[in-house]
Amino acid sequence: MSITTTRRATLLGSAGLAGAALASPAIAQRAPIRLGGLTTLEGPFATGGQDSFRCVQMELERINSTVGGRRIEFIRESSNAQADVALARARKLIEQDNVDIILGPLSGAEGIALRDYSRTLTGKTIVNGSSGAADTTLRNPSPNFFRFSTDGTQWMAGLGNHVFRNMNIREVAVAAGDYAFPYAQVFGFNIEYCRAGGRVQHYWAPLGTTDFSAQIAQINRSSAGAVVVVHGGTDGLAFMTQYAQSGGNKPLIAGSIMADQTMLSARGPHRRVMVGMISGGPIADVIDDPTWREFVERYRRRWLNEGGFQSPSIHGVNYTTNLYGILHALREVDGDLGNNQEAFQRALAAARITAPTGAAVRLDHNRQAISDIFLNRIEERDGRAQVVAFARAEGVNQTLNTPEAQFLALGAPSRDNPGCVPAAS
Amino acid sequence: MRRGLAIAAALGLLALPWLLHAVLPANQAGFWMGNILGRALVFGIIAMSLTFLATYGGFVSLAQMMIAGVAGYTLAIFVEGAVPRIVGGAGYALAIPLGVLAATLMGLLVGAIAVRTRDIYLLMITLALSMGVFRFVETNITWFNGYEGIRNVVGPSLWGLDFRNPWVFYHVTLGTAVLLFAAVMYLVRSPFGLVLQGIRDNPRRVSALGYNVALHRIAAFGVAGFIAGCGGVLATIYNIGISPGTIGLGATVNVLIMAVIGGLGHPVGAFLGSLIFTVFDTFAATIYDRDRFNTLIGLVFLVIVLASPDGVLGVGARLRRLLTRRAADK
Repeated sequence: MSITTTRRATLLGSAGLAGAALASPAIAQRAPIRLGGLTTLEGPFATGGQDSFRCVQMELERINSTVGGRRIEFIRESSNAQADVALARARKLIEQDNVDIILGPLSGAEGIALRDYSRTLTGKTIVNGSSGAADTTLRNPSPNFFRFSTDGTQWMAGLGNHVFRNMNIREVAVAAGDYAFPYAQVFGFNIEYCRAGGRVQHYWAPLGTTDFSAQIAQINRSSAGAVVVVHGGTDGLAFMTQYAQSGGNKPLIAGSIMADQTMLSARGPHRRVMVGMISGGPIADVIDDPTWREFVERYRRRWLNEGGFQSPSIHGVNYTTNLYGILHALREVDGDLGNNQEAFQRALAAARITAPTGAAVRLDHNRQAISDIFLNRIEERDGRAQVVAFARAEGVNQTLNTPEAQFLALGAPSRDNPGCVPAAS
Repeated sequence: MRRGLAIAAALGLLALPWLLHAVLPANQAGFWMGNILGRALVFGIIAMSLTFLATYGGFVSLAQMMIAGVAGYTLAIFVEGAVPRIVGGAGYALAIPLGVLAATLMGLLVGAIAVRTRDIYLLMITLALSMGVFRFVETNITWFNGYEGIRNVVGPSLWGLDFRNPWVFYHVTLGTAVLLFAAVMYLVRSPFGLVLQGIRDNPRRVSALGYNVALHRIAAFGVAGFIAGCGGVLATIYNIGISPGTIGLGATVNVLIMAVIGGLGHPVGAFLGSLIFTVFDTFAATIYDRDRFNTLIGLVFLVIVLASPDGVLGVGARLRRLLTRRAADK
């Protein structure tokens, strides 16, 4: 009795085997986790928004979009950096696309709008993307809103002490934009600098100022030992250009959005004065840390030929840090989002992760990151100006390690409340 | 006949939520009711304030979203519970009328400033006013909390019904829209409305008849300000607060787009346009590529405007004319 196998039987058999192989994980696997991504792909922040999705996509590909035995479906939406548009998109993600978690948004006003929306939800979680307004978590926090990235005030930690103690400068001129983000940054600088004993002269200019010549003339004549510049985008470029043209030669200290590749790659006289400039922030181009080097390496391999930057942007890194928080918590609870995500949110709150920069991250009682901040200097490396980290302030919390009640009593940062409070002698 | 149609439409809108819940899963029905229809009605009201001015007065104003924002900011400044607290202390029963009043006054002011301009110059001056107010609220911290705006305007509870509930929100919005729509239809048949239409057709003749053209124009802007104010209050509650972006250039132009694609021939066009806009704004990214969804939105609007210069309303009118011509030919 010879056994003959016909072609049909072989085909049927192999098809059956293949079917079984395909079907078996499908039985083992539960329904996918739906992760909504919200960033800004329109308007002035679009390049940062694109980069944030690049980094998220790269990290999801790396784990084969699977965590805790469940697949992750990533559903992308985009806003134009306006609060009510971000809110409309978030509502669509939650109610129409039925996502479990939102990763986003990118900018401050959007973050505050989504925090308020998250408060009205049950069994859903919003984890910040890269928005950096302090009030999102500092005042009226929402139990459903988590932030593994640091805020604009935290980004200046360590800078004030460095200027006073290591650079031995007793008085500075602060030239800053007259709106929320620079207020937060100036506040962060002043808290440390004035407590150490430094004196500050402020020179405010409205958003969109192009002519700083009068202010720069005053600054150059003043007794200030250094200039702290906290302007963003084109304002920053205009200030730096005019400062260079005026022959300004005081040391420069910059806010987090000044020491940035968009500024450094623009041509003009400002590049001369920017080399050697000191700044603070959550990332740098060059950080002496194996985690960061490996992350930059992967990023370049994946994206350099597809429109990526030389090194990941601040938005890309912040989104990735927050994604790490989500993935860590999902692993902890083995992909279980039941019981209104209670266990998942507990795991988020207790998460201890390492950001792509190598910084350790944990959350405080407001679900806000306590993490490392880098002190950076701009140096010429490989024939181009790069932001190089030379020190890090470890475990910086949202109140810059002053007691919370005392910090909150200072009130919200503003033009009239720049945070310059001398130490009680 | 037309009145019957209007009443039937209103009843249909009233019954729509139940219909949605019958055919869609629960959460999606809620989404369609609150965030598609509700949002379309809110912005339809603001677009109607523009349609009213354009249709009956011939004034295309780009200040309507800004005026709605004035109502929203006033509400947010005075109402208790908003974050940050600017003035606070007022309940919604007081803050909402204050907001609408502020918008009406702003409407009168815009009308007074723009009283001598027409056509493109009117468009430019109203746009300049909007952008001026936008920059002002964006940079002023003391009153408007600058770039972050004022949040947490959650809306009132009506007889134990919470405004955050999509059913309540939808029906309150629908009621407001119907009332304002009826008011506009009544107003344009009144002597004031007739004079307004006279100004649109021939201002000189109207003033020769002894009417004060300037005063009528300013009053029309005041009425439009009142309508936009009602929309602005609802929009602020819908968005749980207000930020400068709400009255930015994008939002300003969106209102114009809604009015134009709906059709400037009749106030109902504002709601049609607003519904089409909302549906495409929400689903373009799903239908088409997520990085390029604005292309689809732009194309749809272009097609509508090219196929029918007077918007969606014009399509209906064209079809009717075509059919009557067919009937006459036979």
